[in-house]
Amino acid sequence: MSPNPAWSRTLDQIFVLLQHRIADLFPPLLQPWVAMILGVVGIVAVFPAIFALTTVLERKGLGRMQNRLGPNRVGPFGILQPIADAIKSLTKEDIVPRSADAVVHYLAPVVLVVAIFLGYAVLPVGRNMQLLNIDAGILFFFAIGASTELSIFMAGWSSRNKYSLLGAMRAVAQMISYEVPLLLSAVVAIMMTGSLNPSRIVEAQGGFTGILPHWYVFTPWGFAGFVLFVIAALAETNRSPFDLPEGESELVAGYFTEYSGFKFALFFLGEYLGMMSIAGYGITLFLGGWGAPLSVLAFLPSWLWFFGKLFLAIFFFIWLRGTLPRLRQDQLMNFAWKFMLPMSLLDLFVAALWRFLGEWLGAGLGTEVVRWLVCGLLLAVTYVLFARVMLKRQKISPRSYRYAE
Amino acid sequence: MLGEGILKGLAETAKNFAGSFVSEERLTTVEYPEQRLPQIENTRDFPFLVYDGEDAMAGLRCVSCQICEKECPPKCIYIVKSTDKKPDYVGKAQFYPTRFDIDISVCMSCQICVEVCPFDAIKMDTEFELSTSDRFGGLILDKHKLAKSNSYYQKIHPTEAAEVDGRLEEEKQKLEAKAKAAAEAAAAKAAADAAAKAAATTPEAQP
Amino acid sequence: MIDTLVFLIFAGLTLAGAVAAALLRNLVHCALSLTVTFAGLALLYLSLGAQFVGFTQVLVYIGAVAILVVFAILLTRGSGALPGNLVTTSAWRIGWVAAVAVGFVLVAALQHAPFAQSAAAAPAVSVQQIGQALMGPFVLPLEIVGVLLTVALIGAVIVAMPERQGEDQ
Repeated sequence: MSPNPAWSRTLDQIFVLLQHRIADLFPPLLQPWVAMILGVVGIVAVFPAIFALTTVLERKGLGRMQNRLGPNRVGPFGILQPIADAIKSLTKEDIVPRSADAVVHYLAPVVLVVAIFLGYAVLPVGRNMQLLNIDAGILFFFAIGASTELSIFMAGWSSRNKYSLLGAMRAVAQMISYEVPLLLSAVVAIMMTGSLNPSRIVEAQGGFTGILPHWYVFTPWGFAGFVLFVIAALAETNRSPFDLPEGESELVAGYFTEYSGFKFALFFLGEYLGMMSIAGYGITLFLGGWGAPLSVLAFLPSWLWFFGKLFLAIFFFIWLRGTLPRLRQDQLMNFAWKFMLPMSLLDLFVAALWRFLGEWLGAGLGTEVVRWLVCGLLLAVTYVLFARVMLKRQKISPRSYRYAE
Repeated sequence: MLGEGILKGLAETAKNFAGSFVSEERLTTVEYPEQRLPQIENTRDFPFLVYDGEDAMAGLRCVSCQICEKECPPKCIYIVKSTDKKPDYVGKAQFYPTRFDIDISVCMSCQICVEVCPFDAIKMDTEFELSTSDRFGGLILDKHKLAKSNSYYQKIHPTEAAEVDGRLEEEKQKLEAKAKAAAEAAAAKAAADAAAKAAATTPEAQP
Repeated sequence: MIDTLVFLIFAGLTLAGAVAAALLRNLVHCALSLTVTFAGLALLYLSLGAQFVGFTQVLVYIGAVAILVVFAILLTRGSGALPGNLVTTSAWRIGWVAAVAVGFVLVAALQHAPFAQSAAAAPAVSVQQIGQALMGPFVLPLEIVGVLLTVALIGAVIVAMPERQGEDQ
C-alpha cells in the first residue's frame, strides 16, 4: 500500500473509529452488541437516504434524457421532492382488498425489505467497513437475493388480482432465469480470487500497475463477466428494459398493484435497495470495491470511492432506463437461456484458461500478451458468432395471436 | 452486430441529457403556472352564459327555453323558468332563468347545448383552472358564475363571436327594419285612413 | 445459556412451520409454512457454525424448491382451500400410524447411535476447505451429480417442448 499521510488514514477509517469510540462508552460485555447495532443503524440510515436521493435524481435524469426538466417545485431544484413523496405515502389510506389474504398481503412487503436489508450485511462499503466479515459472504448475498422471489410471489398471490398474479409469475420466472447467469458471471471473480469473502475479493483487486488498478473488469474474462453481471442484475432487480413484471401498459403495476400507502412505498424502497445492493456487489466483484481508480488518488477515503462508484452505477441504470424499450416475454427468456447462459459458461472456461496459461507460461510480458490474445479472441469470436446466429434467426413478421382469434 | 443498437441509443440519450443543460431550445416543456402556451382559438371546455350590456343578470340572452337542458346528454344542466317576463336586450319581453346550474363534474364538453341554442345565449368557455377543494358544491356553477360578458366572448373566440355578433346585428336590424316598416305602414295606413276619412268627410262637407 | 435459547427459538420456528404446513387448509399457505421450516433449518445449520450448508439451504430450498412447490400448486389444483376436515379421514389414520412408526424408529436409532460425546470438538470447516474437498477427493461424485442434473434439465425441456405437427401420424 502506498504510504498515505496520517490524516488520510484517519479520514479513511473515520466511521470505524467513531463506531469504536461510541462502543467504548458501554461496558465491555455490551460492546460487540453496541458496535453491531451501530453498524446496522448506519446501513438502515444511509441506504434509504441514497434511495430518497436516487428517486429524485432518477426523475430529473430521465427528464433531461427526454428533454424535460423533471421535478423542480419542492425546494431548490426539486431536491426536497422525496420528503414530499414520503409524507404523501405515509399519510395515504392503506387499502387491503376485501378478498385479499390479509396476513400474507401484510407480510410480503415486510419480508421483501427485510431480505434486501440483510443483503447489505456483508457488503464492504469501505476498508474495514463491513458489518459481517464472513467467509461465505457472496454466497450469503445470493442466498438472500434468491429469497426475495418468495416475497414477490406472496405479494402477487395474496392480492387476488389477475394483474398482481401475472406480474408475480413473470417476476419469479424472470428472476429464476437470470439468477443462473448472475451467479455464473459472479463465479469468475470468486474463482480468480479463490474466496467467497467480499473483502478478500476487493483486496485481491487492490494492486496497481503504474497508476492503473488491477480491477477484474480490465481483463477479458472480467469484462465479459461484468457485462453479463450487469445484464443479469438489471433483470434480477426488474429494472428497465427488463421491467416486464411491472409493465405499466400491460399489468398496471405488476405484483404490487393492490398495495397502497406505506406498503407501496416499502415495495418501492425494496426495489431501489435491491438495485443498489446488487450494484454494490457488482462493484465489489469487478470494479475493485472501495479501491481508488488511480494509484495517485488512493489518499482519498475508501468509502468515498465506493459510494462514488455506486452513484455512477445508479446513473448508468437510469441512463439505460431512459434509453431502452421493454423486452417481450419470449425475448426475455430466449436471451437468458440462449445467450446469457452459454456466454457465462464460456466466460468461466476462459477465466480458467487465463489462470492456467499464467501458470504454464510463467510470469512475464509475453505471457500477458498471449493470455490477452487467446482469451480476448475466444470471447470476441464467440460473441460475434452468437450475434450472427441470433440476428439471422430473428424472424420479423406480423405479430400473431394464438388464442385471441 | 448484437448490442450496436443499444450503444447508439445510449449515445442519443446521453446527447439529450447533456444538451438539455446547454441549450434551452431543447426543452420541449413549458413551466406551466409561470409560462403559458397561447390557447388555440377552438379551445373549449365548459359552457358559460353570454350577457349583453353592463348588468349580467339583466343582460342575459337566455330566455329559459330549456332546449339545452333537454338536449344535454349527461343531463348536467338545471334550469328553473321564471313566471314573469322582463325585457331582453332588444326590449322584447321574455322569460328568464331564475336558476341556471351546470354541474361541470358531469359535463362532458360536447358543445351540444351551444349548437341547439336558438338565442346564442350559451357558449363554450376556455377557463380550465377550476380545481376546488369542495368536490360537490364547488363544481356546480350557478348563473352568477356562468354569466360572462359578450366582450369576454369576443376575446376568447374572436372569429366565432364576430360571426354571432354579425348575425345578431342583422337580425336586430331586420327586426328594426320590420318594426320601422310596420310603423311606416301603420303611419301610412293611418295617413291613408285619415286621408280616406278626410275624403269621405269632404264630399259630405262639400255639398 | 444463550446457545440453548437460540436453539430453542430456531427449533420452535422449524417445528411450528412444519406443523402449520401439515394442518393449514390453503395449499399456498402450507407451502409458505414449509418455507418457514426451511428457513428454520438454515438457521439451525448456521447456529451450528455450518455457514456453507446454511446458505446453500437458503439458496436451494427457499430460493428454488419453495418457488417450485408454489408453481406446482398454482399450475395444478389451484390455490383454493381444501374442503372438509382432513385430520380424521381414514387415509389420515393410516398416516398417523406411519408417522408414529417412523418416529419410533428414529428415536430408537438416535438412542443407539455412537455420537461423539463432546460436540465442541467438532472441527470448524471453512468454505474453502469444502471447496477443496469438492474439487479434490469428491470431484467424481460432483461431476456425476452435475451430469445427472443436466440430463434431468434436458429431459424436462424435451417433455415441455411442443410436439411437431404431423409427427403423430
